[in-house]
Amino acid sequence: MTTIDTATGAAQTMVLNMGPQHPSTHGVLRVVLELDGETVVKARPVIGYLHTGIEKTAEAKTYSQVIPLTDRIDYLAPMSNNLCYCLAVEKLLGLEAPKRAQYIRVLMTELTRINSHLVWVGTHAIDLGAMSVFLYCFREREELQRIFEFVSGQRMMTSYFRVGGLALEPPPGYIERIEKFLNYFPSRVDEYEDLLTKNRIWWGRTKGIGILSAEDAISMGVTGPMLRASGVAYDIRKYFPYSSYEEFDFAVPTRTEGDVYARYLVRVAEMRESVKICRQAIKKIPAEGPIRAEAPGIIPPAREEMKTSIEGLIYHFKIFTEGFAPPPGEVYQAIESPRGELGFFVASDGSAHPHRVHVRAPSFVNLQSLPQLVEGRLIADVVACIGTTDIVLGEVDR
Amino acid sequence: MEPQDLANGTVVSKVRAWDAHAIAETIVFRNELTLVIPRERLRAVAEFLRDDAELRFNLLSDITATDRFPIEPRFDLNYQLLSLSRKERLRLKVHLAGNDPVAASVVSVWPGANWHEREVWDLFGIRFEGHPDLTRILMPDDWEGHPLRKDYPVEGYR
Repeated sequence: MTTIDTATGAAQTMVLNMGPQHPSTHGVLRVVLELDGETVVKARPVIGYLHTGIEKTAEAKTYSQVIPLTDRIDYLAPMSNNLCYCLAVEKLLGLEAPKRAQYIRVLMTELTRINSHLVWVGTHAIDLGAMSVFLYCFREREELQRIFEFVSGQRMMTSYFRVGGLALEPPPGYIERIEKFLNYFPSRVDEYEDLLTKNRIWWGRTKGIGILSAEDAISMGVTGPMLRASGVAYDIRKYFPYSSYEEFDFAVPTRTEGDVYARYLVRVAEMRESVKICRQAIKKIPAEGPIRAEAPGIIPPAREEMKTSIEGLIYHFKIFTEGFAPPPGEVYQAIESPRGELGFFVASDGSAHPHRVHVRAPSFVNLQSLPQLVEGRLIADVVACIGTTDIVLGEVDR
Repeated sequence: MEPQDLANGTVVSKVRAWDAHAIAETIVFRNELTLVIPRERLRAVAEFLRDDAELRFNLLSDITATDRFPIEPRFDLNYQLLSLSRKERLRLKVHLAGNDPVAASVVSVWPGANWHEREVWDLFGIRFEGHPDLTRILMPDDWEGHPLRKDYPVEGYR
C-alpha cells in the first residue's frame, strides 16, 4: 500500500485519497494528499493502474506489428506515436520516407496536435466549472475525427504511418476537406478565447496557480507546453527537426509566468501555429508521388507489383510472415508530441523482433512535477494542476 | 556530422581532459553518440556533464535498461541527456553484471531521475544506491519478479 509519511507528524493533518476513480484525474490517476485544513502539505501521485505491458508485448512482435500498440499509448495523439515509432525504426534501418509521405505526416500530426489540445482545453475548462467550452471543443474534434476516419479508415486508433511511409494513399478530396476545416477553425479558437481568456472566474482559478520555474522544470525533465510556459523555447521541431519540419515557418509560443494560465495561453497559441503549419503542408504536398520508400524486403511492394511479379510476391510473403531484420544497434528518436518530448528507444539485436522498445512518455515525466505544483496550495487547485499537466494515463502507465 | 567527428568532438574531448578514465568506450551509430561509462564513475560523470559551463547537459530525458540475457554483462543502463544550450543529445551507457545489478542513483544530479529509476527497478530489478524512495511504480506493490527481464515469460508465470 502506498502511504504518505506525515512529514510534520502533527496531529492536525489528515490524509485524503483522491482517485483513481475521480472525474478530474483524467483517467485512473491516484493522488495521496496530506492536508492541513484545506492546504496541501504533501502530495504523492500513485500510478500504474493502466499498466498494460506494451513494452514487453512489443518484444514478441515484429517491427511492423508494434505500430498498432503505439496508437494505444497516447490515445489522444495516436499519429504522433505512430510517427515517432516509425522514425525510430527508419533511423535504425537507415532509410527515409519520400518527401510526399513526410509532408502528409506533418499535416496529419499537426491536426493530431489540434485534436489533442482541443480535448485538453475542453476537459480543463470542465474541471474548473466551464461546461460550455467542452461542448464547443468537441464539436470541432468531431470533424477532426471524421477527417482521420476519411484518410486512415479509423477515428482514433489510426495506425496510418508505417515504417518507410504511409499505410495507404489518402483518398481524393482529403485536401479540400482539411482546408475547409482550417478555414473556419481559427474563428472557433476565437470563440473559446472569448469564453476563457478574459473571463474573471478563469483568471481567478488559473493565474498564479501551479507555478513552475524554468530551473525546476528543466531539472525535473519537464518538456512541451509546460516548459515553454516557463520561458524555455525548447521545441524539438526546431531543435532537432524531423520529417522536414526545417522547411516550415512557424513560431514557438512561450510565456514566462509558468502558471496554469500561461500554459493555457501557450496551448491555445500552439493550435493557431498548427493551422499555419497545416496550410504550408498542403501547399507542399505533391499531387502525385510515392508514399513509401523503395526498400525491397523491408517495405511491402505495391499491390499491383505483388500481384504481377514473382519478386513482389516473395517479398510480400516474407515481410508479412517473418518481418524484416534491421542491423544490430540502438537508436533514440524524439518528436514534439502535443504533451512534450515523446521518445522511442529501439534496440535491435539483428533479428526480426525488436530487442527492446522503450517509450519516453512526456506525460510520465511531466506528472512527476505535480507535487511541486500543488504543495502549499489549496485542495481546489489540485484539480487545476492535474488538468494543466495534460496527462494521458495510457501514456503514463503504458 | 561525420561519425569520427562525433567520437572526437567537444563532448568527448572535454570529458577525457577532465578524467582520462571516465570513458570506457565511445559508440557512434546512426549519428548518435554513446559514451560507455564505468559503473563507479557514473555519478561523477553525470555531475561534470551537468555543471560544465560549455556542455551543460542539464536536461535528463530518459533512463532505461536493456537485458541481454544470457550474455554477460547482462544489463545496460541508458541515460538520454540533452544540452539545451548546445542543442545536442548524448547517451550514457553503463554495463551491469547479472549477479550484481546495482548502480549509483543520479536523483541528486537530476531530480527528474526519480521516477525513471523507480521504473527501471520495477521492471528490471536494477537497484539504485542513494535513491530516496526505490519502490515499485507501475506494477502492484506485492508483485513478484521483474517483467521486462528476458527470462520473464511474456504471458507471465502461470
